[in-house]
Amino acid sequence: MDLRSRVPAGPIEQKWDKHRFEMKLVNPANKRKYTVIVVGTGLAGGSAAATLSELGYNVKCFCFQDSPRRAHSIAAQGGINAAKNYQNDGDSIYRLFYDTVKGGDYRSREANVYRLAQISVNIIDQCVAQGVPFAREYGGLLANRSFGGAQVSRTFYARGQTGQQLLLGAYQALEKEIQRGGVTMYPRTEMLDLVVVNGQARGIVVRDMVTGEISSHAGDAVVLGTGGYGNVFYLSTNAKGSNATAIWRAHRRGAAFANPCYTQIHPTCIPVSGSYQSKLTLMSESLRNDGRVWVPKQQGDPRPPNQIPEAERDYYLERRYPSFGNLVPRDVASRAAKEQCDGGHGVGPGGYGVYLDFAEAIGRLGEATIRERYGNLFEMYERITDEDPYQVPMRIYPAVHYTMGGLWVDYNLMSTIPGLHVIGEANFSDHGANRLGASALMQGLADGYFVLPYTIGDYLATARPAPVTTSQREFAEAEAATRERTARMLAIGGSRTVDSFHRELGQLLWDKCGMARNAAGLREALARIPELREAFWRDVNVPGSHAELNQALEKAGRVADFLELAELMCRDALHREESCGGHFREEHQTPDGEALRDDEHFAYVAAWEYAGEDREAVLHREPLDFEYVHLAQRSYK
Amino acid sequence: MKVTLRVWRQRGPGAPGRLERYEADDVSPEMSFLEMLDVVNEKLIAAGDLPIAFDHDCREGICGSCSLMIDGVAHGPMQGTATCQLHMRSFADGAEIVVEPWRARAFPVIRDLVVDRSALDRIIQAGGYVSVDTGGAPDGNAIPIAKAAVERAMDAAQCIGCGACVAACPNGSASLFTAAKISHLGLLPQGQPERYRRALRMVAQMDAESFGGCSWFGECQEACPKEISIDTITRMNADFIRGGTVARADGSR
Repeated sequence: MDLRSRVPAGPIEQKWDKHRFEMKLVNPANKRKYTVIVVGTGLAGGSAAATLSELGYNVKCFCFQDSPRRAHSIAAQGGINAAKNYQNDGDSIYRLFYDTVKGGDYRSREANVYRLAQISVNIIDQCVAQGVPFAREYGGLLANRSFGGAQVSRTFYARGQTGQQLLLGAYQALEKEIQRGGVTMYPRTEMLDLVVVNGQARGIVVRDMVTGEISSHAGDAVVLGTGGYGNVFYLSTNAKGSNATAIWRAHRRGAAFANPCYTQIHPTCIPVSGSYQSKLTLMSESLRNDGRVWVPKQQGDPRPPNQIPEAERDYYLERRYPSFGNLVPRDVASRAAKEQCDGGHGVGPGGYGVYLDFAEAIGRLGEATIRERYGNLFEMYERITDEDPYQVPMRIYPAVHYTMGGLWVDYNLMSTIPGLHVIGEANFSDHGANRLGASALMQGLADGYFVLPYTIGDYLATARPAPVTTSQREFAEAEAATRERTARMLAIGGSRTVDSFHRELGQLLWDKCGMARNAAGLREALARIPELREAFWRDVNVPGSHAELNQALEKAGRVADFLELAELMCRDALHREESCGGHFREEHQTPDGEALRDDEHFAYVAAWEYAGEDREAVLHREPLDFEYVHLAQRSYK
Repeated sequence: MKVTLRVWRQRGPGAPGRLERYEADDVSPEMSFLEMLDVVNEKLIAAGDLPIAFDHDCREGICGSCSLMIDGVAHGPMQGTATCQLHMRSFADGAEIVVEPWRARAFPVIRDLVVDRSALDRIIQAGGYVSVDTGGAPDGNAIPIAKAAVERAMDAAQCIGCGACVAACPNGSASLFTAAKISHLGLLPQGQPERYRRALRMVAQMDAESFGGCSWFGECQEACPKEISIDTITRMNADFIRGGTVARADGSR
């Protein structure tokens, strides 16, 4: 398997510029002869589809939602990082690069991260030009806020709805191109397989979710911007429809899957309230700017929070990490909350919660300021919990939020299948073992607006894909396999619903491959997942037919893929005998409970190759070289 | 708590539909309305019936997928709240709840509670954007914008495109949806070059999609989960009228 990163030579500041010059171009008249298939319309897919169309390519764009505007990027709350240094507080491209590599616990590719930091400034300019209503100061200039893992204020935001406003910017650009005729949009259409012809990605098999018709589309390159796989845990902050099917099907067709065990557990989510719970709701990390995290010093303290005196509260993040305090990175904050709850200090039903308290900030800044900064988040919290966070502290607990792992890509964002490009959360590239807050929006838009549109041109100009049509054998075979799989699921007629399998898988993964993992637990999960998969294919009950809108069938296909992916996640977590970022192996920790890396043996990307239904995936390694950032034990103390 | 549901069931676009009765026992007041439907669906599947189809995705009130008419009110009884953030504590124990899809000529039913809202996308296609291509944008701070203007633009830009305004309007008008986008962009300097052209085109598309006109009932702003004000419609109307004059003057229509 070819895992050459194709990172250009030269000083890190010059790599991207040099590469842009060295890449081949497609002349404007030839661009319209190329068809690019883009799957997913979030920040990455939406911005890529719009930009490719602006450049003159013929774009076919697909999403499973009823409108491209509904992709889950829309739910991102807090903000987007950019190294503008508008606050004059010492920020720079190099600092954003450094913070991101360090935040990722030294498991990302330096050159990719540097490029991301460089491009971050262009993203803000582009979004402002589109009319994104970023928050501003009274003088009319752009405002910033702080986020975890950084000591500068570099996060741009639009109230607590930054993802929504950025996505609407990309969506509007996409609609502009649909109107112009450069993009053909296929909503309510789900990708169910990738078609590879002569070793190149040449098309996809899709299901029309209204009529149930299965068909295929051919193109000269395929771009997946289909998001992460956090829903493998059933409960996560992802949208209910978010799924791994597109990337998993591509993996089965030959795309290496990188670092599947790197999942991000977000520290500030609303705790689970009952067994019927269908999803978890995030409370933006930006709240940690003004909210103070604490638990009662006394275990199992039954008093309501306002009756616990200051001296009997443990502000454990401020105590343990005096320089970053409540703004430590997500992985650190999540593990610390888990430790407090495991130690009997948790609050709320079941003891799975810690307080996030705004009393001090309200006293210092006034309720009006807090309302202006976080009003919609406070309202959301109150709607869900029926508690008023202006009066009582929020209760929060960590929840699955983001997956740093994803399909392996080179510097050009191309997977191990030529022609298959992967962007945004769906790839593995920029966040290492832990993503910093406000960096997902940055990466999605960097990939879609400013990286892929260049690199895909180089691919097309170099590979010169031959003409292809959906009447070729490979398309017919992939379509037939998809039809057969759908028919098989509908024919089982078992006794359990799809959701019951999904819940069981999610609980197993959360227990054995969640915030903390150990070898024994992972081995147990590796034994139980195949059993659960077997039970699914024997006993699932998928009602209805294929030739209609059938939401149970849609879910069944996704859960079937999660049941395979989960095993790879556990295998990856078991093989990585170190702790790094979101991957915390209990066997590998420092005396004071921090993640203990093993750079000598594990400073590499684990890229897994699919080997067949009943065979173990094969591990390949891309070594990570650190020329600029000094590898150190991460410290936020 | 227990509730009785009467839910609109319709197999397909052309098929006849009717209200079916379901009993939901074991309802927790902490459940969201959609989680209550999930539980009902699990029971339906176990009993060999087809689950109730409904659109939903983020379940945190921002994607705009969910779209239920609950007891005749778009998104149900709680102001400023999408269906997915409505919790069962808003209902009395033993209540009978009628659940229907959005009903509007421009939103044909696809199945059960799922409707086709693609007309809203086509209104945006008609001009709901600033025509800037990627690249070449000036520095983000090049144009200072008054904080108050951005805040007002943001009030309008919060629209989640759910279509509750259309469902709530006796005329089935998409005026609030269209006006929200026209206001968002029209309040910002970036939106000025296309301001009047945008208003003319988007309103024309709204009419072409067989949405009704606005006769100022105000039901839309009551139903809007983001509480977008009908002041935006005044702005749309002003831009539309001015747009006609501008277009005649410079021949740009």
